[in-house]
Amino acid sequence: MDFEDTPEEAEFRSGARVFLEKNAKRREPGSGMVYRAGNEDPAFRKRAKDWQAKKADAGYAGITWSKDWGGRGGTAIQQVIYDQEEAKYAVPRGLFDIGLGMCIPTLCTWGTQAQRDRYARTALRGEEVWCQLFSEPAAGSDLAGLRTRAERDGDDWVINGQKIWTSGAHYCDFGVLVTRSDFSAKKHKGLTYFFLDMKSAGIEIRPIKQISGQSHFNEVFFTDVRIPDSQRLGEVGEGWKVSLTTLMNERYTIGGRSSVGVEDIFELARKIELDDGPALKNEAVRDKLADWYVSSQGLKYSHFRTMTALSRGETPGPESSIGKLVNGARLQNLAAFAMDLMEQGGILTDPEVAPLAAVFQQTLMTSPSSRIAGGSDEIMRNIIAERVLGLPPDVRVDKDLPFNKLPTGQK
Amino acid sequence: MNFDFSDDLKQLREQARKFLRERCPSTTVRRVLEGPEPYDKALWKEIAAMGWTGAAIPEQYGGAGLGHLGLCVLAEELGSALAPVPFSSSVYLASEAIMAGGSEAQKKDWLPRLASGEAIGTLAFAEGPGKADVRKLRTTFRGGVLSGEKLPVPDGDVADVAIVAAQGDRGVILTIVDLKASGSTRTAVETIDASRSHARINFESTPAEALGAPGEGEALLRRVQDRAAVLFAFEQVGGAQRSLEMARDYALQRYAFGRPIGSFQAIKHKLADVYVATELARSNAYYGAWALARNAPELPTAAAAARISANEAFFLAAKENIQVHGGMGFTWEFDCHLYYRRAKLLSLALGSTRLWKDRLITQLETANAPL
Repeated sequence: MDFEDTPEEAEFRSGARVFLEKNAKRREPGSGMVYRAGNEDPAFRKRAKDWQAKKADAGYAGITWSKDWGGRGGTAIQQVIYDQEEAKYAVPRGLFDIGLGMCIPTLCTWGTQAQRDRYARTALRGEEVWCQLFSEPAAGSDLAGLRTRAERDGDDWVINGQKIWTSGAHYCDFGVLVTRSDFSAKKHKGLTYFFLDMKSAGIEIRPIKQISGQSHFNEVFFTDVRIPDSQRLGEVGEGWKVSLTTLMNERYTIGGRSSVGVEDIFELARKIELDDGPALKNEAVRDKLADWYVSSQGLKYSHFRTMTALSRGETPGPESSIGKLVNGARLQNLAAFAMDLMEQGGILTDPEVAPLAAVFQQTLMTSPSSRIAGGSDEIMRNIIAERVLGLPPDVRVDKDLPFNKLPTGQK
Repeated sequence: MNFDFSDDLKQLREQARKFLRERCPSTTVRRVLEGPEPYDKALWKEIAAMGWTGAAIPEQYGGAGLGHLGLCVLAEELGSALAPVPFSSSVYLASEAIMAGGSEAQKKDWLPRLASGEAIGTLAFAEGPGKADVRKLRTTFRGGVLSGEKLPVPDGDVADVAIVAAQGDRGVILTIVDLKASGSTRTAVETIDASRSHARINFESTPAEALGAPGEGEALLRRVQDRAAVLFAFEQVGGAQRSLEMARDYALQRYAFGRPIGSFQAIKHKLADVYVATELARSNAYYGAWALARNAPELPTAAAAARISANEAFFLAAKENIQVHGGMGFTWEFDCHLYYRRAKLLSLALGSTRLWKDRLITQLETANAPL
């Protein structure tokens, strides 16, 4: 039992270090938030694209992708090692997570070699950004309930409907889209999967303002949008199967990094004075700090166990999803408790006034989305119960009915 | 990255699991819980004969020299089987204390007997209900004799040797007492979990030897508790895992409203939460094992995190196991209560979660341990 790299891993790590040291600046301590939240800013996107091109040319983008996708043909543990090293540097992050993590792997799995050649390399170099058009107003956790309509017309398909929660739709070049092509088939059988140019005529994009004041997501409306049949992935009616390829990659992409950590709440507890001295000396506060320390350690070492499996070439199971489930609620509670320590002043959001540049106030408003995006807490518990513990799936009243006979609650 | 037990140790764990499944089913636990026997003597002999009692004791003192990682995997299985034997007292507490603080003569005197299982050891610390404040112990050690009362002492009724924490001339001191010699009175006491025996011990000018240097008793006691906390954590993780499996199995076979109750989200989500708590506890225990085996400077924080996590996971798993079983869960006939009893017993054995949380934060404040 140890935390050491194997000789091969150590060699890969030192290569990554040389590349990073030569091409990027070290991160200042405590600046975790700064380098991630900038996708809306064109200047940030430019920096992200430049950095991505450098990474790709050096072989550090698409580490786990096979060579015929333009990747390195490396291992999952190499990806983890690279991410660990990159995290120490002030480089723009997050712009390509969805495209490279979910969209392109789906396209490469289900598309032709010509399509791989055309799209994978340019995406890998950051020249084209991809988004995912899956969720709908009436199809969130129950994704297969989607109703965006695809109708065949000659060599094209004509798309009408609405998608929602699409990150980056307004600056993305391409998107992957799952639609319903047969309303009389059973729910999971009538779906068809495409990719499309986000500049196609008939697409309207409206940003959604979140409770944090930011707009990471959009609504996307389709009015008679035409997609050539050659951009269909998988057979007609087999869109659910293709979607699973996308979704399998999702939880690995979302929910890794936290905006606020145990060290922040410790620092606050040192600073805040209660009646009987620093908050850090108060028993109720110590009790909470211990909980958060213990859960953060538990997650850290669970991650190390997952890495060990990866290092051996094993595939980690759904048990690796506990990180996302634990972290969301944990951050929310931690932020709320930190604000309690600030008493009435806890409501202030001015970073000049609120302790630690208002990180807790920001986390209060961003943490609800981390409990929902990429699989809600409830869906994550279902996944653990069904796939890890082997408990039966829910009784499904919609499974065997034609889609257009399902109750919708809207009639 | 190799944050896992070696294949050899995994094989040892498999063997231990197989042996205990056969030799220590719940009927064995119940025999001790319900009967006059303080522990299963035959099982103890078999465990000792396989070298488990001496797993972490160096070969020069008659041990198997397997190291503490080996002991961790055994602890997990003993915890899973609720083995009704004085293993934790003798191995995690007494043997560890003697290895950590004993003189060469004391080691030679006791370790071979503890390793072979011929002698049973324990550690006597608590002095009745209330916080066991190490600086306010009423038991004294002066002029080579112990006086005072210890309650409860795990396996105190059957132990041959006890490590006793007492007030000495220079603060807390650990002492080593031959309980078979005259000068102490022991009475078995009733506890929430009769599958593990406990006693009241009265010392009346009982001859004892100092264990470790005067003035260093508190530090030594902490070290022993930290080491034991990791080992107990593995027992607790084993117990939590078994409780979770029992609940899962029952939820699959029990039907209500025309469905297995395991298909209801109220049950699924409950068990998912138990799974998460158990996995976090397991990961914390693994880190504790690493720190224990290396005697790393991180041991105090790693041990505290392992203990807190394990205390919470096992109790959660045990109480929700009863809940999932419904009415049958609180009958004497079903095994749920065996785990429920043991979970609470172990969560107090080395001091409560509250106490260890305070200890953890004190460590983090003073040691500047990485957060």
